[in-house]
Amino acid sequence: MALSLGFHIIFAVIGIGMPALMVLAERKWLKTGDPVWLDLAKRWSKGTAILFAVGAVSGTVLSFELGLLWPKFMEYAGPIIGMPFSLEGFAFFTEAIFLGIYLYGWTKLSSRAHWWAGVAVAVSGTVSGIFVVFANAWMNAPTGFEIVNGKPTNIDPIAAMLNPAAFHQTLHMTIAAFATTGIAVAGIHAWMLRKNPRDHFHRSALHIALLVAIPASLLQPLSGDISAKFVAKWQPAKLAAMEGQFETERGAPLRIGGIPNETTRETKYALEIPKALSFLAFADLNAEVKGLDAFPEEEWPPVAITHFAFQIMIGLGSLMMLACLWVLLLWWRKREVAESRPLLTFLALLTPAGFIAVEAGWIVTEVGRQPWIVYGFMRTKDALTPMPGLVIPLVGISLLYLFLGVVVVYLLHAQIFKTKPMTEEMRTP
Amino acid sequence: MTLAYLLAGVTMVALNAYVLLGGADFGAGVWDLLARGPRAARQRAAIEQGIGPIWEANHVWVILVVVLLFTCFPPVYAHLSVALHIPISVMLVGIVLRGSAFTFRAYDSTNSPVQKYWGRIFSISSTITPVVLGVCVGSLVSGALALPVNASFAATYVMPWLTPFAFAVGFLTLAVFAFLAAVYLTVEVKEPELQEDFRRMALGAAVAVGICAGAALFLGRASKLGVTEALLTRAWAVPFQLFTAATAITTIVALLRRRYALARLAAGAQVSALMWGWAGAQFPALVPGVHTIESAAAPFITLKLVSLGLLGGAVVLVPSLWYLFRVFKSDTLSAFERVDTAEYRGPKH
Ligand code: HDD
Ligand code: HEM
Ligand code: HEM
Repeated sequence: MALSLGFHIIFAVIGIGMPALMVLAERKWLKTGDPVWLDLAKRWSKGTAILFAVGAVSGTVLSFELGLLWPKFMEYAGPIIGMPFSLEGFAFFTEAIFLGIYLYGWTKLSSRAHWWAGVAVAVSGTVSGIFVVFANAWMNAPTGFEIVNGKPTNIDPIAAMLNPAAFHQTLHMTIAAFATTGIAVAGIHAWMLRKNPRDHFHRSALHIALLVAIPASLLQPLSGDISAKFVAKWQPAKLAAMEGQFETERGAPLRIGGIPNETTRETKYALEIPKALSFLAFADLNAEVKGLDAFPEEEWPPVAITHFAFQIMIGLGSLMMLACLWVLLLWWRKREVAESRPLLTFLALLTPAGFIAVEAGWIVTEVGRQPWIVYGFMRTKDALTPMPGLVIPLVGISLLYLFLGVVVVYLLHAQIFKTKPMTEEMRTP
Repeated sequence: MTLAYLLAGVTMVALNAYVLLGGADFGAGVWDLLARGPRAARQRAAIEQGIGPIWEANHVWVILVVVLLFTCFPPVYAHLSVALHIPISVMLVGIVLRGSAFTFRAYDSTNSPVQKYWGRIFSISSTITPVVLGVCVGSLVSGALALPVNASFAATYVMPWLTPFAFAVGFLTLAVFAFLAAVYLTVEVKEPELQEDFRRMALGAAVAVGICAGAALFLGRASKLGVTEALLTRAWAVPFQLFTAATAITTIVALLRRRYALARLAAGAQVSALMWGWAGAQFPALVPGVHTIESAAAPFITLKLVSLGLLGGAVVLVPSLWYLFRVFKSDTLSAFERVDTAEYRGPKH
């Protein structure tokens, strides 16, 4: 399950981010008539088509897998959080319908209608992401029901959907999708520009990608701070694990790096910024931060994994933000970005950064919630299917995904770089 | 609790739509596998053209079914996921391979032998997946999914679906999907030669549907299944049989006389009749012997909100779907016309 999600999320992120890039490029084409924008929109849309199909089938696997692996969880949670999933179903419909129209409709629609079809894809992709994350947020902050005799009763699906974690998680996730896609696309084209910084095609691509990446990457740490404040309040054990905080203390330091050791109960070799954690989590330098010692050990999430994953997300987030600030600085001083080789190299290196940060962030959220599947209500082990021999599907699915991943990379490479329908005069302005 | 019945009906409508639309896309893959002779390449091109723009939208119907099931009838979803773990897993692999291989083939610009392999994977998984889907349905209706307590692994997870009846329903499903695909394709292609090809395929598949349905009915009666008894004895059994027979005959006659639009309509009606016959025979049980619509329904408030959500969703969905099919299915789809984005009508400057 975690594996399928980890696989699916990559395509989901692209499914949210890429349509926005396509639509922006096509918009430029409609406005300026410069064929380079059209070329961009078309190539991006081909890539999106491949990625979307894999996203759609891996999503289908998920919707069955929830039951295949966690039948008890779904029986328990279905009536409570089925609502966002049902709405998501409609968002998928809209997305799939308009993507079909967009991809196959270049010659069949007026250019304006075609552009609007792209907008519909972008909007419904974002909305479908938001709906699923609603469901996940409920697992972190279960509301909208009461437990009577061990059964959920007095269900209020609306309250469950609008649970306290819903806002920050959907915000953080949606921004993450745009930041990730923007940075990744910028990185790829920055890499190409290193060979020829005047290439019109890649400069245009970089332009659009940065248009999306910059606002998203700058906002992401802010929205992450909102998330962290929530976690501090609602899931103190998760926060403690994220930070490697074993002891409850006032004026807790923020640890950067470090290796938490669950047996000796210390986090060694970390760079500590005094009182910063108390401040970030509670906006008060001397606030008390609960350590893991406040919880019985069987309720600890795996500390090291959560801590490392959190450090990775923050680290990459900071680098992405830095890259965007650098771009802004160059633009402000010189009105020229693509001439700076170090910046291009930096961007190119950051290509996978967003995806890694997204995976890491989900590990923080999900592993940090353990041992609970529904925080405070249901333990993960109680939700598992009675079916024995689950390694077999696990290995099978891993191999299948590995295979699909390799193929996708190969095809994208062939699709975006190998085909050269562009004439030379288009390449040099 | 009438709302629960209504939602069970809506779930069935969604499944019906999946069979008519998504099912035909699988069926098209079967014909891709079976394409032979001098026009094989053109047949394949027509198939690719026919399903390319719409298969992803058609596929979402099954997601809707799953989502409705776990929201409105969560115990049924949980129960089926446990009892049918193995066939569902196989079906998922089939769904993944079918969808990705189709897309990979369409976008593999290298025209290499690799592209042929994608075609193969696409068509083979299109053929296996419907059988497994049918096996799931077959074992459900046969009432064998009561999950024995403390039974062996085989008795719990394998025997319920490893029955002749379940496989008869599996092959029936395959035949139905292929039949629908061939009938639709007769309408969509305009070259007379291809039309003749697909007409022949449709007639062949119609015979296969008949044989498989007969076999399923026979096996069902032989093992005294409640469903087959109900199909033959309930109050609506006779009008139902008459209606199914009438649609079947209409389809065949229309195909013989090359009235393709009529054939398409009748084929859709015939397949829907089969499905609603199953639904009626099983009613009100959802998992025979375990769950009924009433016993499995989620709390009223959930059902109410889902119904509202469905209404709201339909407002978005219906015009969008209408638009999709209008754009791609209204005009002549010539088998050669590959979508060439280069002809995109740009803005006038
Ligand atoms: C581009 C990706 C990305 C980047 C750069 C960041 N994050 Fe993040 N983060 C995610 C992508 C992500 C995510 C994968 O999207 C998560 C997982 C669950 C969620 O809602 O968002 C997440 C979760 C997540 C959580 C846990 C929320 C919960 O469990 O409810 C916290 C506290 C933060 N993030 C905080 C931050 C901070 C302070 C960042 C500052 C740099 C940051 N994130 C950058
Ligand atoms: C795409 C991002 C996600 C990733 C990478 C991810 C990954 C994970 C991981 C690593 C675990 C913990 C496994 C363990 O320690 O035992 C987990 C648990 C779980 N997650 Fe997620 N998750 C994601 C999103 C979601 C969403 C959106 C849902 C539901 C709507 C969900 C449902 C679950 C469930 C039911 C569990 C408990 C079972 C388990 O431990 O595997 N997850 N997930
Ligand atoms: C971590 C959270 C998730 C996000 C942000 C997300 C987002 C998305 C997006 C944007 C798409 C569009 C398709 C694409 O771009 O490839 C998609 C597809 C899909 N997702 Fe997810 N998803 C998540 C988790 C899940 C889970 C837990 C399920 C299972 C219930 C699921 C089920 C699906 C399905 C069925 C599709 C295919 C829809 C289609 O055919 O168009 N997703 N998802």
